[in-house]
Amino acid sequence: MNAITKPATFDVARIRQDFPILTQTVRGKPLVFLDSAASAQKPRAVIDAMRNAMETQYANVHRGLHWMSERTTEAYEAARDAIATLMNASDRHEIVLTQSVTGALNLMAHSYGRGVLQPGQAVVISGMEHHSNIVPWQMLRDERGIELRVAPITDAGELDLEAFEALFADGKVGLVSITHMSNVLGSVTPAERIVAIAHAHGAKVLFDGSQAVVHRRIDVQALGCDFYAWTGHKLYGPTGIGVLWGRRELLERMPPFLGGGDMISSVSYEKSTWAEVPHKFEAGTPPILEGIGLKAAIDYVQSIGYDAIAAHEATLVDHALSKLSAIDGVTIIGRAQDRGGVVSFTMDKAHAHDVATLLDRQGIAVRAGHHCAEPLMRRLGLDSTARASFGVYTTLAEVDALADALTRVREFFK
Amino acid sequence: MPQSQPEAEPADSFDDLRDLYQEVILDRGRKPRHGKRLDDFDVTAKGDNPMCGDRVQVWVKFAGDGRIAHTGFDARGCAISVASADLMAETVEGRDKTDTRALFAAFREMARTGVCPQCGPALAEPMERLAPLSGVHDYPSRVKCATLPWHALIAALDGTREATSAEGEP
Repeated sequence: MNAITKPATFDVARIRQDFPILTQTVRGKPLVFLDSAASAQKPRAVIDAMRNAMETQYANVHRGLHWMSERTTEAYEAARDAIATLMNASDRHEIVLTQSVTGALNLMAHSYGRGVLQPGQAVVISGMEHHSNIVPWQMLRDERGIELRVAPITDAGELDLEAFEALFADGKVGLVSITHMSNVLGSVTPAERIVAIAHAHGAKVLFDGSQAVVHRRIDVQALGCDFYAWTGHKLYGPTGIGVLWGRRELLERMPPFLGGGDMISSVSYEKSTWAEVPHKFEAGTPPILEGIGLKAAIDYVQSIGYDAIAAHEATLVDHALSKLSAIDGVTIIGRAQDRGGVVSFTMDKAHAHDVATLLDRQGIAVRAGHHCAEPLMRRLGLDSTARASFGVYTTLAEVDALADALTRVREFFK
Repeated sequence: MPQSQPEAEPADSFDDLRDLYQEVILDRGRKPRHGKRLDDFDVTAKGDNPMCGDRVQVWVKFAGDGRIAHTGFDARGCAISVASADLMAETVEGRDKTDTRALFAAFREMARTGVCPQCGPALAEPMERLAPLSGVHDYPSRVKCATLPWHALIAALDGTREATSAEGEP
């Protein structure tokens, strides 16, 4: 790795120059992109890295005995090193590359859920999970008789720790699979407390860190968790690549998920044996270009630094909460103390979809709907919210533009 | 950098917001005339858009000749879907099932493309009434909001209990 120089101050104007798409106009207005939590925009470094790979050194990885394949393998495997460094994993073999975080969570539900957990045991999720961290466990429950328990959240949108701990009383919980940051409410869950409680009761912990990894430094050794999953495209990287970190001794106990090339040690019609971790879980041609792009994204994020990113996003969130709360008829959904760069809201007399379309008409991209979290919506007594989410390139002026546009929407629907 | 709206601007014309949200849509979305359950009905069906969470139920009462006498609905959704349900309820009154299906096909075409070249003189009058919704064609993600109540209505006419608008819509 090259030495990384961190800028002393967070220069958002300079950062914006790194994202070519931000010069686009939408419906005749400058793009105000407040939908980064769904998928973030890509810096030129990522675009260039993927294009350069395709133009100068591309071949399939791992099995090639020729120059191009060796160079591509090096570049792709460098992503695994960058990810290990990013998460402070002690061993690069603990980084499993998947197609997405959904792929990672399904790997866990299949491999850990069917290979390690026993019928009669329970999996705990929270009341603010994305569908991707609900449905794989439901499928496991229905197939294997593994109970699914849901830890409730408070009205503020925080994990109810007392109720969470109560779920462990009968000793049946084998795994906690829980978000590290809600994609709807922005709430950051108390990871260390969750791990302490789960481990005290003999359960392992898997975090869905798809949102969290964008907003703060993830140190899996400090967190003390057992598994941590996230996706590349929210961290300014390409789509089509996800990450599962797991403790090596646990990954080694897990059977493979998908079968195919690259995940075997040897194959005969009678019997096949599996490759070592992480390759045991990486059947087929991997997301080569996506890995190369993700490494560039990680380098980019590291060059800005998580401290600077977190401080910038805290400023944006504080500003958004104060500006949006001041608009008559706007209600902020989720009031967690510890939160990342996501703000959900509703407007009385206007459905979230109408709000989103009217913002779009003014060049502002937000998301509206149930955000793939229908059970959470029901808990909140809502059908949908509008959600503004922030990235490294988001400016205070864009938050002001959102507030001004919402004021107009409010007037329009009066 | 985005320009803020100048606060001093006295009367906001909202011209830029009206291409989709015409006054009739805002009005119907707020105060639908037919937004009620029919106690006396012949068929009913629910429409559900799993992508966005919009839900609608439609009740239909037929006249003795098989034409639609009344349509009522209960919609949980955006202004577009509620206004569309209301305009639909009004427009299909007095039509038989065949007419209603033809009208839906024409309406769907208009919602998707903004025009309906195949809509002959027979459909000119009802299509005129539904025309305020033609603006959705510029917003592909919203087309299904406008068509959801129609899917529910057609499901009711077909004797199906459930419809989803995700099917066949972008």
